[in-house]
Amino acid sequence: MTVDTLRFKGLGKAFAVFTVSIFLSFAAFAQHDEDSSHESEDQSEVHEEHANSEKSFNASEMIMHHVSDAHEIHFVGEGENSIAIYLPVILQTNEGWEFFSSSHFYHNPVSINEHGEEFSFFKYEDFILFHEHIYYANEEGGLTLEHGHALNESPFDMSITKNVAGIFFAIFILYFILRATAKGYKKNEGHAPKGIQAVMEPLILFVKNDVILSSFGGDKERADKYTPYLLTTFFFIWVSNMLGLIPFIGGFNITGTLAITLVLASFIFLITTFSGNKHYWGHILWPAGVPAFVKVILVPIEIASIFIKPTVLMVRLTANIMAGHIIILAFVSLILIFGMQSAAVGYGVGVGSTIFMVFMYFIELLVAFLQAYVFTLLASIYFADATQKAHH
Amino acid sequence: MLTVSYGTMIWMSIAFIVVLFLLKKFAWKPILKAIKDREDHIEESLQMATKVKSEMQELKSSNEKLLLDARTERDNLLKDARTTKDEIIQEAKTKASEEADKMIASAKEAIENEKLAALTQLKNEVGVLSLEIAEKIIRERLSDDANQNELVAKLLSEVKLEQ
Repeated sequence: MTVDTLRFKGLGKAFAVFTVSIFLSFAAFAQHDEDSSHESEDQSEVHEEHANSEKSFNASEMIMHHVSDAHEIHFVGEGENSIAIYLPVILQTNEGWEFFSSSHFYHNPVSINEHGEEFSFFKYEDFILFHEHIYYANEEGGLTLEHGHALNESPFDMSITKNVAGIFFAIFILYFILRATAKGYKKNEGHAPKGIQAVMEPLILFVKNDVILSSFGGDKERADKYTPYLLTTFFFIWVSNMLGLIPFIGGFNITGTLAITLVLASFIFLITTFSGNKHYWGHILWPAGVPAFVKVILVPIEIASIFIKPTVLMVRLTANIMAGHIIILAFVSLILIFGMQSAAVGYGVGVGSTIFMVFMYFIELLVAFLQAYVFTLLASIYFADATQKAHH
Repeated sequence: MLTVSYGTMIWMSIAFIVVLFLLKKFAWKPILKAIKDREDHIEESLQMATKVKSEMQELKSSNEKLLLDARTERDNLLKDARTTKDEIIQEAKTKASEEADKMIASAKEAIENEKLAALTQLKNEVGVLSLEIAEKIIRERLSDDANQNELVAKLLSEVKLEQ
């Protein structure tokens, strides 16, 4: 079999997987919709009209729910019938540490009616899980709400949430693949790369030579110091991005979470700041060959840029990945919204939406790589800038 | 999402530092070392190839030079030999002709000598013969008195004439 036919087969397979997954996710969301309407039927007649438009399908709520962190990895189903992995909840409360499974939360749903609005949360002992945030229960054992926001105190939440589990999963995959690659190098020493090693080598070489080394202007000595860190960053981001695109594993949104990209960007900021040499700081604090009044303008800008650069890295990555997820979910919502008018319209829109979703999925695959590439490239450039040699 | 959870941040920091440490030690170090070794090996091999090539070129050119030298030497030797041969022949010829000349000269001398000797002998012989003839003639002539007188007279006149 030639390489071309293999590639074609692979593409075909990927396409099939995407198509099937999209149809299935459509089915899953349709299920969700049905359940919601059942719930609304149970509601009191006074609020039926209001509740129907509010509760039957709320696209923004659904999308936000899917891109937000959770204390479970939810696969399919609703309420008692859902298939999910319940993650451990770890809380630092006023009385010390608390450990328990999140299944205690998800199996104890509570609904309250506040000013004619239905709010549902989960309760376990003295803790309340509302919009995936854990609060202490108030004196009456409930939630104090104001305009839909909880006013209760919160314990410090160190739970293994869906995102944290996603990080662990990504790290496990990363370690597994790269360890196998490293073993391949040992086994095939003096021979051509084989298996996973042959897959990873072009990627590693691409990042090592075309991203890192070229950012350092071909200065191997300086680049080698940062290469392991930058390679780790690249592969972590890429694997995390890809994890977010795999259907049926809970819809991870690792790199689309600000807390995670904030950590990644902070590391970049710390490394840049601590490896900054006198040329780098000189460039920022005392730009050479610039008149004094320009310095007054330039120096504050340069100092601000130290913080802006990693912030931009963080925002770019988060926004891109989250936007990708939101777009795909928005196409799903489109089907559901039109489907509520009539089934025929829903199916009609569904065909168009699915085509767009497949298209978006391919773009997301590209973006997953591209964002990892851009993050690594800019980080390399910042590191190279911080360790620059005198060249004025 | 856009709310920053400190718990997630803490877990992320721990996890990322751990994975960084693990990958650095167990993955990047061997992988990057293997890649570097291979790059060095390739670089070395390429340099070696270039070196060997230039050495081959040098060897070839030196071989050619050697061959050319050998050829020149052979030609020189041949030329020398030819010259020597010519010289020898020339010398031999000169010597031979000289010898021949010498021989001819000595032969000539000998012939001259012989001739002289023969002439001397002939002269002597002729002298003896003439004397004998003269004796005989004189004896004949002096057999009668008249002739003897006449002769004496004649001889006497001749003697006078001679003075």
